[in-house]
Amino acid sequence: MSVLMLLVVTLALALAAFVLARQRALASAKGSSRDLHSLPNYYGWNGSIWVLLPALTGLVLWLIVQPMVVESRISGNLPAQLMTDSAARELTMADVRRVAGGLDTAVAAGALSEDSSGSMDTQTTDVRALLAQVGVALGGDVSSEVLAAAQEYRVMTAWGAAARSVLVLALAVAGLFWGVSRANKDFRARNAVERVILGLLVAASSIAILTTIGIVGSMATETFDFFTKYPLKDFFFSLTWSPNFKGNSDLGMLPLLWGTLYVTVVALIVCVPVGLFTAIYLAEYASKATRAWVKPLIEVIAGIPTVVFGIFALVTVGPALRDWIAAPLGLGDSGSSVMTAGLVIGILNIPFISSLSDDIINAVPQSLRDGSFGLGATKSETVRQVILPAALPGIVGAVLMAASRAIGETMVVVMGAGAAAQLSMNPFDAMTTMTVKIVGQLTGDTDFSAPETLVAFALGMTLFVITLGLNIFALFIVRKYREQYE
Amino acid sequence: MTAAKSADPVPSIYTTSPAMQRRNAAETRFRLYGLVAIALSLSLLAVMLVTIFRDGTSSFFQARLSYTVELTEKVLDPKGNRNRDEMTKVTTVGYGKVLSAGLMATLEARNIDLGGLKPKEVAELISKDAAGGLRAKVLADPALVGSTIEVSVFAAGRVDGFLKGRVTMESAKLDSNISPEQLELADRMRTAGILSSGWNWDFFTNPDASDQRPEAAGLGVALIGSLYLMILVALMCVPVGVAASIYLEEFAPKNTLTDAIEVNVSNLAAVPSIVYGILGLSIFINVFGLPQSSSLVGALVISLMTLPTIIIATRAAIRAVPPSIRDAALGVGASKMQTVFHHVLPLAMPGILTGTILGLAAGLGQSAPLLLIGMVAFVDNHPAPPLDGFLDPATALPVQIYTWVTRSDPAFVERSNGAIIVLLAFLVVMNLLAILARRKFERRW
Repeated sequence: MSVLMLLVVTLALALAAFVLARQRALASAKGSSRDLHSLPNYYGWNGSIWVLLPALTGLVLWLIVQPMVVESRISGNLPAQLMTDSAARELTMADVRRVAGGLDTAVAAGALSEDSSGSMDTQTTDVRALLAQVGVALGGDVSSEVLAAAQEYRVMTAWGAAARSVLVLALAVAGLFWGVSRANKDFRARNAVERVILGLLVAASSIAILTTIGIVGSMATETFDFFTKYPLKDFFFSLTWSPNFKGNSDLGMLPLLWGTLYVTVVALIVCVPVGLFTAIYLAEYASKATRAWVKPLIEVIAGIPTVVFGIFALVTVGPALRDWIAAPLGLGDSGSSVMTAGLVIGILNIPFISSLSDDIINAVPQSLRDGSFGLGATKSETVRQVILPAALPGIVGAVLMAASRAIGETMVVVMGAGAAAQLSMNPFDAMTTMTVKIVGQLTGDTDFSAPETLVAFALGMTLFVITLGLNIFALFIVRKYREQYE
Repeated sequence: MTAAKSADPVPSIYTTSPAMQRRNAAETRFRLYGLVAIALSLSLLAVMLVTIFRDGTSSFFQARLSYTVELTEKVLDPKGNRNRDEMTKVTTVGYGKVLSAGLMATLEARNIDLGGLKPKEVAELISKDAAGGLRAKVLADPALVGSTIEVSVFAAGRVDGFLKGRVTMESAKLDSNISPEQLELADRMRTAGILSSGWNWDFFTNPDASDQRPEAAGLGVALIGSLYLMILVALMCVPVGVAASIYLEEFAPKNTLTDAIEVNVSNLAAVPSIVYGILGLSIFINVFGLPQSSSLVGALVISLMTLPTIIIATRAAIRAVPPSIRDAALGVGASKMQTVFHHVLPLAMPGILTGTILGLAAGLGQSAPLLLIGMVAFVDNHPAPPLDGFLDPATALPVQIYTWVTRSDPAFVERSNGAIIVLLAFLVVMNLLAILARRKFERRW
């Protein structure tokens, strides 16, 4: 039975449980719902929950555990020479899966009977040609071990699917009987249902924690794997980045870190003054009507996907900077450069700085302004000498968060900064960043045992730590130095 | 008091002292900085949008050649028995020959001067995509063989660029794909009405095409992929996000678990998107074994990214419901859970809806994490309808924009800008919906 069918049957059983449990509860109160502890529907819901919860939990667990068990059993039976290291194991298992999938397709297409798919061997049949007939292309000839493993794989999977159906249906039916049998007028159905709902709410909230654990866990294991293959010292302190998929690569992250920080600095030089002055003007000078028009327009920038800014960098800003500034000044002839990427990231961070600063400036109490005006200060003097100092912690926090966003920005640097890892002072040189290299090392064909691929996880971990650190630092500054008014 | 005394050097309030003049000048300058900053950001936005629309609108139009083709039996069905299985042996090369012969015949019948071009060079004006389309059409209806039909096929990408002004006689001299003579012929064909540019629905339905055939590339797979992503993200993210917000706002006791959740929600909102891509690659693909490039994995990743946004918006909406509502419900005997689900949640719904739409709009524009989970791959087939289609390889609008712009042919840059227009149109619609929802349901307490 397919998973979809199982779901449908379980849902039907849940519906049945709802109706039965509700009726049973009403019957126990002789049809008068006033004698029930809870409203009638709660008895129904309780019945449904007893069907759904165990059955679905069982189904999910089975779906996760079955492939693991099957894989470990199969790889345990394969001869050792196919399993010399983890890379070879992965390759062999991929072969086994592909052949098994091909046999499935062949049986479904009618090119092969179920019996012969289990009994054939490589001496009498050309498995590769047979599978090619039904549209499954294999890279090489199928060895007898792989075929045997694939046949075993299919048998185990089929057995697993049957057992899964039996288990889920058994759980659902048992749940139905138990849930319905509990429905009588003294049962506190509402409390039971609400307990389950509360549990679901807690589970939903915990996903945030699980995500963090997932991020850290996934990157930590792979990063650890990377450092067993590549010295930690070289990664953090080597000045060359030249990955080579044949091995013997230099994977020093300093050039990437330099590129990242350089781009971030350029971005901040663009977005901090522009964003801050925008916020000051909007908060202190602009009329209500201007504000009502300009603020949403600035925020349009925040709503535009970063890939669009990437194209703006690649197609418009890059060539313009090259032709008008870099080439006449003899600073280089590259369209993609730190300047291009930094400028565009700066633009896309303007609304971030301006709306955060706007909120912070508006939070400064009016009495401070009035006091300053009363002493005869002009508006700009009030802003510079009273409002900005009062708002400073918040603004510094906003700048730090903007920096963290610039460091983590990907699409703009992928299209605008270039791919050459170098340590150069010239802002019109093409340089590369950590995010560019993460994308570069992880797209296309990847081999998860090579340090050249795994380095992306180490870079990702570094990126995660840097951005998280900046954000925590920003929050700390805001909390510690925030002025408390009233 | 004499009049002489009033000539004291006390300055009049009607004249400004030099110090005051300086301060006023500083004031004007400061104000000007603000105006310049706003003008700068708005003009940069305008420049960006104008370039996109200038370069992109033409991608909705495409040059087509309309002429008659004789479907020669000798080439397409050598055995002459209209047996589809045998006809499949004829590749697109055969159909290409038929198409170019048809074009030559039409040009001859209309007395159009070839300008000394060889038939092979004339055939280069037809898109390499055309033969495949004709083949599919004939195989679907073998009875067509032998008849003469009207075809409307894409012109080659350079010819299309010529009609749009992107390819000129000068650039053609340097271009190995097209010659000025071919463009002159194209010009004569346009006058004769064989070649014309028209609205191109195929741009919205065709899958991506290879480097050699920019004229046939379309957004079909990307649109379906983005649609699947949005459906799945809405299905996964909204219930979980709303449930989490309800718990945090209404039920969560002050304890370590609650603190941990709060800290995590705010930190996850600041994690770079690429890190979510790494998470998707190593957990969903490598550990759980979900298929690479599938919309399901993309949706899982984007859901995790969107979750903090939706939680933050939903919590604000729930908080905005006044406590008197809760007190009244509790006062007439509702349980805490009933209070929340029967009263607070319906009243917070407009705010939740607005936040959700905005969150989904942000998710629709995400591309970096999708690159890592393989949605950047070249996908030639439209994904199947759900549910199986959720596991099929697909791509998404922003990723398609990125892949096109990285190809060398400038025709792809035009299409990339066209795709941006489509993407922006969706975002505008979603944001308008959010604004309308807010206007319609907004309630002041």
